[in-house]
Amino acid sequence: MNITRRVLLAAPGALLLPAPARADQQRLAAALRDFTGGQPMREGRVRLDVSPLVENGNAVPISVLVETPMTAADHLRRIGVFNERNPQPNVITAQFGPRSGRAYLATHIRLATSQALVAVAEMSDGSFWFQRVEVIVTLAACIEG
Amino acid sequence: MARVLLRVPNTAEKGSVIEIRALIQHVMETGYRPNAEGVLQPRDIIWRFTCRYDGEVVFSASFSPAIAANPFIAFTTIATQSGPISFTWEGDNGFAQTETRHISVT
Repeated sequence: MNITRRVLLAAPGALLLPAPARADQQRLAAALRDFTGGQPMREGRVRLDVSPLVENGNAVPISVLVETPMTAADHLRRIGVFNERNPQPNVITAQFGPRSGRAYLATHIRLATSQALVAVAEMSDGSFWFQRVEVIVTLAACIEG
Repeated sequence: MARVLLRVPNTAEKGSVIEIRALIQHVMETGYRPNAEGVLQPRDIIWRFTCRYDGEVVFSASFSPAIAANPFIAFTTIATQSGPISFTWEGDNGFAQTETRHISVT
């Protein structure tokens, strides 16, 4: 049996994600559906700033900035931040309005492990925009005592 | 009363965008951490933050256990008129605290 054939035989198995990763994806997708009410999300207009390499997952500074004129007719309504692999997919949900001036939010969050973060913005016209960011965490939060 | 750190400008020009930063001392116990005996410690978090400007809500947020201990939040609002800006935190075990600052708008 040559090596090429072995690689080909193993390939379908390698393409499948391990079961816990699939469960995380489904949980994140469900949380996003809850936020958007099933409306489609487009990538763009949202900037989620977080360090790509986090040393301490107990307090990770993040900020979200959304492109919008923030007028009475056209403004940001809500920002939701979600994670993939903490015990719960929700991080924060914030309400904005034309009196916010800027579509900006900053906070400190916990990350249990290396994972993806998703920030979603709901605009006053009912459209949803998002950005997804991968973060590597070296010291985990949440679960350890 | 939990200690609170607030950064609110004392004065602002009418119509300008001001940044507000608020931090409150709180453990934000997630409910997922075992204690020394291996028993899960019950959840104790702040789950709601509201900022009112002259009585009107200008910003609010819902926190989950993924918000770090001593929750910090920064956001902006437009300086519309002189008046009180109040901050309310609500949480588990009946936690409720309100702080107020005054802004002079010229």
